[in-house]
Amino acid sequence: MMMNMVQAINSALAMEMERDPSVVVLGEDVGVDGGVFRVTEGLVDKYGEARVIDTPLAESGITGMAIGMAFNGLRPVAEIQFMGFSYLTLNQMINHAARMRNRTRGRITVPMVLRMPYGAGVKALEHHSESTEALYAQIPGLKVIVPSTPLEAKGLLTSAIRDPDPVIFLEPTRSYRMLKEEVPDGEYLVPLGKARTVQEGDDVTVVGWGAMIPLIQRAVANLQASVEIIDLRTISPMDSETVVESVKRTGRAVVVHEAPRSFGPGAEIASRIYEGAILKLEAPVERVTAPDITVPLSKGEDHYYVNEQMIRDGIERTLRF
Amino acid sequence: MLTDEFDPMKGEMLRVMDEEGNVDPSLMPKLSDDVLLKAYRNMLLTRMADDKAVKLQRQGRLGAYPPSKGQEASQLGPAMALKEGDWLVWAFREMGALLWKGAPLQTLYLYWMGNELGNVYPDGARITPAVVPVGSQIPHAVGIAYASKLRGEKDVTLAYFGDGATSEGEFHEGLNFAGVFHTPNVFVCQNNQFAISTRREKQSASASLAQKAIAYGFPGILVDGNDVLAMYAAAKEAVDRARKGKGPTLIESFTYRMSDHTTSDDWRKYRSKEEVAEWERKDPLKRFKAYLIAQSILEDDELLVKEMTEIVEKAAAEAEAVPAPSRSDVFAHTYAEMPPYLKGQLGGGGK
Repeated sequence: MMMNMVQAINSALAMEMERDPSVVVLGEDVGVDGGVFRVTEGLVDKYGEARVIDTPLAESGITGMAIGMAFNGLRPVAEIQFMGFSYLTLNQMINHAARMRNRTRGRITVPMVLRMPYGAGVKALEHHSESTEALYAQIPGLKVIVPSTPLEAKGLLTSAIRDPDPVIFLEPTRSYRMLKEEVPDGEYLVPLGKARTVQEGDDVTVVGWGAMIPLIQRAVANLQASVEIIDLRTISPMDSETVVESVKRTGRAVVVHEAPRSFGPGAEIASRIYEGAILKLEAPVERVTAPDITVPLSKGEDHYYVNEQMIRDGIERTLRF
Repeated sequence: MLTDEFDPMKGEMLRVMDEEGNVDPSLMPKLSDDVLLKAYRNMLLTRMADDKAVKLQRQGRLGAYPPSKGQEASQLGPAMALKEGDWLVWAFREMGALLWKGAPLQTLYLYWMGNELGNVYPDGARITPAVVPVGSQIPHAVGIAYASKLRGEKDVTLAYFGDGATSEGEFHEGLNFAGVFHTPNVFVCQNNQFAISTRREKQSASASLAQKAIAYGFPGILVDGNDVLAMYAAAKEAVDRARKGKGPTLIESFTYRMSDHTTSDDWRKYRSKEEVAEWERKDPLKRFKAYLIAQSILEDDELLVKEMTEIVEKAAAEAEAVPAPSRSDVFAHTYAEMPPYLKGQLGGGGK
């Protein structure tokens, strides 16, 4: 069936709730309203208010409750309305969800998913455009996933729900309704921790994720150079092998992310490329990112957001080095 | 119902046993002599094990440690109301409750000695590990209870925290959720009058902490926390209420931390010797012992002290004999499956 990303995520949630009675959905307005982006639409009618839980407005409470549910045999999928509100969950995610497996030597685990819309590019309200995946990716014990297409979203979310560890699932707001593609109605899984080669090429490797993937595809469509595009899918634990192996062949790498540059995931990816492929590199790893500024309000957003030309310029710089 | 008889808005406090060990028969909960004696053994063991932990810390054999002295009744009473399948969610000053629920003393020592195996309780004990970030365990207790309720199970989840925790957002969020979802929870606030050095009066302008329950839409009760019988009676009623599907209860245990916050602290900086001496008069062990002797349940506790000394020494020795974690132990449980780069960081031997 043709689905956009919202429908694909909804389909993954419905499939997993159908398959496993321990899967529950909780968050603000996820029930009768179907979530502010309608991602959970219809679930409450099918699975009832006890499993599709409209919670009080309290991100830390939602997350802490989900952690407790996971201790006691449930597989909660908690929704945070926007990534900008997820900082209230950090105490729970960092001090509890991420550590519990280690601190009980595997006796108590936290198989939960914390879903949230993420990223800019839709001229949204203040605090609705952040991409702070690096905050979570720094925490050992957490997994951080960003899907790039509807099909990917269905497969990755299904795997995230079944994963034995806590997963931060970041849904690019810009991609929610951007494109439709064929997504299987039934079960579909994409393994976590494995990057995807979107297109093969010989001259340069471009690494991105989420809403950057379609942007990269458009940016390189008419380039002379042969570009390999890698969709990282999992920010942490990162599949550096796929990236490093690709760069060993192409000798050049560009990392594209919409998060600010400093201390961003691009720095970690570049580091791993240097560690794994320095002798094959023909040029320094290029970073195409947002500047290190606060995400502007809608009128100024274009000064912030990565565009096709910036990606082409980055590729050009590395090719000419 | 005790929660009807003792109104926290009026500062009314449930007390079954006075400071001399005299019991109000109309309030006395049903407990067999065996259970009463077992309770005293637990409190004595907690007192002595606690004292040993402080000594071990002073000798450099155990890390920073939060003493329990004075809070033995407050810890134990609620745990006595639990059944095997019930959950115990603790903060970090509830040794007596854990011992009652089946955590071995050597395991508790092991945690404070700095080994994660000290968070591993016997299978099925249903105890969550110590929580150092204050109050953040409260929403966990609500989630655990929600899961039990969703599956139609009758298990109750008991959560402990201190007076300082009531100022944390997670206290509010947790109790608010519990009220809204009507979860089978019992919340026990061990009000020991201090959050490190900050007095209870500086945490909240509420006349009692128990009265906060009213705002969340469920009962609260203020209890003499140095009276193990009162703590049990209040908790038993609350646990039964939760088990019957009638929702959560907040119990404020009015007690006193007779020692330091932790071994890194010095209580003399923020309170007088007179104040502490006054609370020593209200010692939960003294009054319970007086009651048991008056009832001829206990003759003297000399033999018990000897027995507990042996238990404590054995537990400390066993905990000290546990080898430090290996390098692979501290890597192995970061994720269910170790990512390749982490294997690289672990290196070859893993010893």
